[in-house]
Amino acid sequence: MGFPWAEQYTPKHPAMRWIDEKLPLPRLVYNSIGAGYPVPRNLNYFWNFGVLAGLALVIQIVTGVIMAMHYGANSLVAFQTVEHTMRDVNAGWLMRYAHANGASFFFIVVYLHIFRGLFYGSYKAPREMVWLLGLVIFLLMMATAFMGYVLPWGQMSYWGAKVITGLFGAIPVVGEPIQTWLLGGFAPGNASLNRFFSLHFLLPFVIAAVVILHIWALHIPGSSNPTGVEVKGPQDTVPFHPYYTAKDGFGAGVFLIAFAILLFFAPNFLGHPDNYIEANPLSTPAHIVPEWYFWPFYAILRAFTVDFFFIPAKLLGVLAMFASILLLFFLPWLDTSPVRSGNYRPTFKKFFLILLIDVAILGYCGGAPAEEPYVMISQIASAYYFAHFLIILPLISRFERPLPLPGSITESVLNRYNIKGEQDALPGMGSDPQPSNAG
Amino acid sequence: MASVEHTDSQGLSGEGGVRRRDFINIAAVSFAGVGAVAVVIPLVDQMNPSADVLASASTEVDLSAIQPGQAIKTTFRSQPLFVRHLTEKEIAEADKVDAGGLRDPQTLEERTVDGKKQWLITMGVCTHLGCVPLGAGEGENRGEFGGYFCPCHGSHYDTAARIRKGPAPKNLEVPKFSFTSDTAILVG
Repeated sequence: MGFPWAEQYTPKHPAMRWIDEKLPLPRLVYNSIGAGYPVPRNLNYFWNFGVLAGLALVIQIVTGVIMAMHYGANSLVAFQTVEHTMRDVNAGWLMRYAHANGASFFFIVVYLHIFRGLFYGSYKAPREMVWLLGLVIFLLMMATAFMGYVLPWGQMSYWGAKVITGLFGAIPVVGEPIQTWLLGGFAPGNASLNRFFSLHFLLPFVIAAVVILHIWALHIPGSSNPTGVEVKGPQDTVPFHPYYTAKDGFGAGVFLIAFAILLFFAPNFLGHPDNYIEANPLSTPAHIVPEWYFWPFYAILRAFTVDFFFIPAKLLGVLAMFASILLLFFLPWLDTSPVRSGNYRPTFKKFFLILLIDVAILGYCGGAPAEEPYVMISQIASAYYFAHFLIILPLISRFERPLPLPGSITESVLNRYNIKGEQDALPGMGSDPQPSNAG
Repeated sequence: MASVEHTDSQGLSGEGGVRRRDFINIAAVSFAGVGAVAVVIPLVDQMNPSADVLASASTEVDLSAIQPGQAIKTTFRSQPLFVRHLTEKEIAEADKVDAGGLRDPQTLEERTVDGKKQWLITMGVCTHLGCVPLGAGEGENRGEFGGYFCPCHGSHYDTAARIRKGPAPKNLEVPKFSFTSDTAILVG
């Protein structure tokens, strides 16, 4: 992995040399997140969100393991033990608020990370595997977040569990047995709560493992960059440490400030008051909504209100919701343009902006009650979401005339600061206008 | 796996060029596969409802106090059960509808006991995604067709608890029940 000009690891301390001979772990770290990993010199702040997602995962695991020390995974006591954590456990309120808001921040940074990838074409060859593994992480995150939300055993926990497992009940023939199997009963109960706790504890470590694969796959071609032009020589890169450790450190500081503001001043802003009422199987809350990070998908689920071609509306909604994510697995092959970065794709750029607005509208509708005009708006926005990926994107790739790409990363950096003279002095640049070798 | 080696100097060849080693390979791996499946079955099955969950008793409901137009909410197998005493007007409304044109075609007769058409007993579980519909409680929204209304995704049920509008695919389920006397039923 890496480029031939990458810095080589040479242990300075005899102890490190001793370890490195027996187990080359120091070398692995040095080559992964140290000076041994050359990174394009022109990354902007959108490239911070991968590291921030890693930080959010660490916050979730630390606060989560601590919360598990005070939690009772039994439907008789679960709600009380969460309240006990909030009121009686030393700093328990801090752990729980950090965990609940940490989940939101995890999704915020992951959504920004995903949209970064969408705009700059990070999913394109040779980084398809990075994208696919990222989607696997996203799916695991959604499963983990859903099960975690059930654990406090409040009204939204219970009814969320019922609605989401009800999705599987829509599958013909095997649906109901699957739903009963998932819940361990005919409705969410103690059996459901126990297994959700077990899996909620397990999955973050599975996520951590897939994150390692994600980074491994990334480090084979190396990071992409805002121009989308591949690295051509040593002048295009800087070592990860200290350049990007410093830049990511700054980003982490901003992230933690924003996190602290929500955590200490509005810890329940993103939550739902109904979840402070203990689960009651006989009373549905007037308005069941998932957490905000599921709203766009929830809107797609609810957009189907009539049957088509003998397929019941309920099944259509479920299929559409799963399809909206599974679709992204095919993205590297739907967007056939060899140009990666949206900065050099004028038509793509406009439609990317429309997609952003479309997802925001879906999100708004997913959080709104199932009434008009939200149902109609969700239907239009859902249709557009699928049209973007299945129709618009392949067509743009075919007919768009991209802007001229810079000859290299260094050239684009120097042009930006109007440093013309230096270009010719640098080796392997300027004279040979190589196309981006994507695709 | 079962690759056939033609230059078999070890004298291991059997009929049709199949070596004894191939046979042993396939047999061993197949046997291990059967064993692995046998182990997976209990690992999966443990997630199904346990005996105490399945051993749900039947529920008896006293109807004497429910006036025409009223409904009560009780539980059956830890899920909500609606018991509704229909008024003459509600029965007439349900009968007026041409059942053949409904999403889940059923008449009120088919959903109630002979001669006790006024007693509509259904699960209080929306057939869309399992919410409890409104309409059984005093003053709750009964939807556009005067029966039940599910607030989660806007399913409207009529006075025979049949789905009329919204995403739910089926009518509210009528559980197995029988009258033990004129004013009492046994559900389950």
